[in-house]
Amino acid sequence: MEPEGAAATGASRMPGAGEGGKSLLLPAFVERFLLQMGRFVHMLGRVFAWTPRPPYDWRELLGQMVKVGVSSTPVVLLTALFTGMVLALQTFTVLKRFSAESYVGTLVALSMVRELSPVLTSLIVAGRAGSAMGAELGSMRVTEQIDALEVMATDPIHYLVVPRVWAAVLTMPLLVVMADGVGIGGGYLVSVVLMGANPVSYLNTSFQYTVLNDLLSGLIKAAVFGLLMATISCQQGFYTTGGAEGVGRSTTAAVVLSSIAILAADFFLTKLLF
Amino acid sequence: MDAPTPAPAPAPGPAERPPEPGQLAIQLRGLVKSFGRKRVLDGLDLDVAAGESMVIIGASGTGKSVTLKHIIGLLKPDSGSVLVDGVAIEQLDNRGITEFRRRFGMAFQEGALFDSMNVFDNVAFPLRRLSRKSRREIRQRVDECLAMVRLEGLGEKDISELSGGMRRRVGFARAIAHEPEILLFDEPTTGLDPVTAALIGEVIRDIGERLERTMVTITHDMHVAFRVGHRIAMLDRGKIIAEAPPEEFKQLPDARVQQFIHGEAEGPLTDQPAGDGAGSGEAGGFGRRPSGNR
Repeated sequence: MEPEGAAATGASRMPGAGEGGKSLLLPAFVERFLLQMGRFVHMLGRVFAWTPRPPYDWRELLGQMVKVGVSSTPVVLLTALFTGMVLALQTFTVLKRFSAESYVGTLVALSMVRELSPVLTSLIVAGRAGSAMGAELGSMRVTEQIDALEVMATDPIHYLVVPRVWAAVLTMPLLVVMADGVGIGGGYLVSVVLMGANPVSYLNTSFQYTVLNDLLSGLIKAAVFGLLMATISCQQGFYTTGGAEGVGRSTTAAVVLSSIAILAADFFLTKLLF
Repeated sequence: MDAPTPAPAPAPGPAERPPEPGQLAIQLRGLVKSFGRKRVLDGLDLDVAAGESMVIIGASGTGKSVTLKHIIGLLKPDSGSVLVDGVAIEQLDNRGITEFRRRFGMAFQEGALFDSMNVFDNVAFPLRRLSRKSRREIRQRVDECLAMVRLEGLGEKDISELSGGMRRRVGFARAIAHEPEILLFDEPTTGLDPVTAALIGEVIRDIGERLERTMVTITHDMHVAFRVGHRIAMLDRGKIIAEAPPEEFKQLPDARVQQFIHGEAEGPLTDQPAGDGAGSGEAGGFGRRPSGNR
């Protein structure tokens, strides 16, 4: 490659790439933010536009689901277990002051299902699978593999990004269901074994006030977080510039921006869904 | 070291049988492209005839890769036009250009092989995506292509097991697999030892002679240029400054051409002030030979 470097890659047919000079009279960080948002919307639009078009690469989708799901499962479950345990420990101590310790189960279950499982699981998956997506696409960009796809009449968004995004959307709710179960189990362990709560009444209160909508809203959150995480991570990798250092930057940006997007979207989704 | 293929015989002359002047396959007209404030292409004009092997030479940073990426539509010019068989590439939308690229095969500088696949799957990739061949036909075609680049029987190897020269040749096999009309080679010998580079030159020559396709090769390796080109064009500061068949090219009086051919540190190429590349050099260059096929 000649030193025109990044600008000379296929990405420069994409919005905002390679044109260099400033065009807006805005502070640099605002321009960067607008550029990132523009690329995100553009990529999301292309993912939706390409999804219904053949060829459908089911094997790639399944492979990506395994990568997103299996690689994150142990750490997701471990996190959910300890979160459930510490939640029970904290709430038991506080609720005991009001003689309301019988509601520990309710509190743990609702907190896990509605909020903590989807958010923590998504953050962990962003750290594991999101960083991997950013790094993989980034190194494909700098080694011209993405250009090679384009040259072989294969749209790289269709081939690389569509399966990753849908794999994350489909896998995240599955991970969250497991995290819900393990988190509630962790709370049960602490309450019953450590704090001596009645196991039957604990389980009763856990599920008495938990309705199907609580579970569903958590799963919807998980799917949306998966969509955001995978799109942002792929976008960061896809627009990588500047060799090995650029791949490092993209990987970090994939995790940081995905995490911020998940936390911000959590607020708005909670407002919308409850 | 590369594959156990013996080093080729001393370089023969340029590729045989330059095509008769005829239909133009590629026409670059007044291409201008800037990245930020750096003007990389500055009104570049070039014609490539159908069936011709054109080699574009030039120092690093003169816009060779950028020119190639314009031909295949990976870049859009700021102004000017890229016509392939009369179709203006820059005016095609994304879907149009994706379809149009079926007619091209491109071998990248470092191979750009998919490292998640083995050699066979890399070469089979364009066949699976762009053709309706059966599994057996695909296997047969991949074997043919690997044989053409002298890599028979290496289909099951992982990409990480290949040397630099082998990677380039797998890249060639992948580029020719779907029988494209136009072949593009991006710096095929950069970073290779002289023997492997000579072998790569031989393989490109073989491909040119057997497939009789329009080929554009960019390189700064003069051995490769003389070995594979029917015509050689030299790019400097975003313009073609000289253009001729290999034997004539060697004799061109342009000091920049002679400096480049002989690899001299002192001369007009290195004397030019480093700047934005615009406005320097002569328009067309005095070494340019009127093309016989226009």
